[in-house]
Amino acid sequence: MTEVLDLHEQDSDGGSEEVVLTPAELIERLEQAWMNEKFAPELLESKPEIVECVMEQLEHMEGNLRRAKSGDLKVSIHRMEMERIRYILSSYLRCRLMKIEKFFPHILEKEKMRPAGEPSVLSPEEFVFVKEYMDHTETHLKNVALKHMPPNLQKVDLLRAVPKPDLDSYVFLRVKERQENILVEPEADEQRDYVIDLEEGSQHLIRYKTIAPLVASGAVQLI
Amino acid sequence: MFCEKATELVRELQRAPEGQLPAFNEDGLRQVLEEMKALYEQNQSDVNEAKSAGRGDLIPTIKFRHCSLLRNRRCTVAYLYDRLLRIRALRWEYGSVLPNALRFHMSAEEVRCLKDYGEFEVDDGTSVLLKKNSQHFLPRWKCEQLIRQGVLEHVLS
Repeated sequence: MTEVLDLHEQDSDGGSEEVVLTPAELIERLEQAWMNEKFAPELLESKPEIVECVMEQLEHMEGNLRRAKSGDLKVSIHRMEMERIRYILSSYLRCRLMKIEKFFPHILEKEKMRPAGEPSVLSPEEFVFVKEYMDHTETHLKNVALKHMPPNLQKVDLLRAVPKPDLDSYVFLRVKERQENILVEPEADEQRDYVIDLEEGSQHLIRYKTIAPLVASGAVQLI
Repeated sequence: MFCEKATELVRELQRAPEGQLPAFNEDGLRQVLEEMKALYEQNQSDVNEAKSAGRGDLIPTIKFRHCSLLRNRRCTVAYLYDRLLRIRALRWEYGSVLPNALRFHMSAEEVRCLKDYGEFEVDDGTSVLLKKNSQHFLPRWKCEQLIRQGVLEHVLS
């Protein structure tokens, strides 16, 4: 399979340019997004381009396999590869869904406060899902208990009731692009801020909050 | 003492190991709501009396009842929300068809909430025609869910 795929990407000016990827590179991107999503404590930016391209690629492979003569060993191997890719894709989507369900009031709030022009963490379908999920939960609580309570107690603020993602949790990462002067905030009051440099190829165990923007930009990879 | 029933509800869930859903304690919930109603009415009459008859000595009692009301509410919401979390975890594990034993433990509203939620789940969308007693050679991952539900049997011969 030697075709290339078009992937629309944002460059630094905000305009979109076409980046051409081989299938191998696309799958690598999918795996990177998958691992990042797995190890990050919060919901990361949604990657609709990667998901769409991978789905197209799978359909394409399915088409090829149907035309090939069955019983061929290559067919089984290709099928196994397809299953593997399919698993990674659904694991990625499942991971996102679980995080959405876990932190739904905060995610909705973040989406409401998002400045225009900033990319969303939610795909359109995920956004619909979160809204409905919030609705259903509120309706359920209201119908089962809250509406039977005294009138001044019938409102529950889910934003305060549901725990927030723990951005201070530690993550392992590998550095892809060299970074300088990363400010590390102290955990305890006696410590002070200090600055570190991240060398390319090095691996670290660090608080997620410190390097969150680097994950989004692709400068580091969570492992 | 106030809020005893409410804390009992929470303790019930604490005792149940993770992944298990005890039966919906409708009776317990009803008792908590009744207690809240009684507390609220007592407070209302006391507030009126404090205002009209100038009985400022009632205020600590009023405050205390109010705190009990808040605690009751917090316990009930925690109870209901934790049940929802457990149901959600079970859903992720078992897929669309929950075993009947579980269904008996859920209230009617929980089932409704679950059904509505079910429509939006990410599904692979493949379907295989499964007639009774027919045998198929299928990729394993497609069968796994159905095997768990007891619909399919893994034949090794």
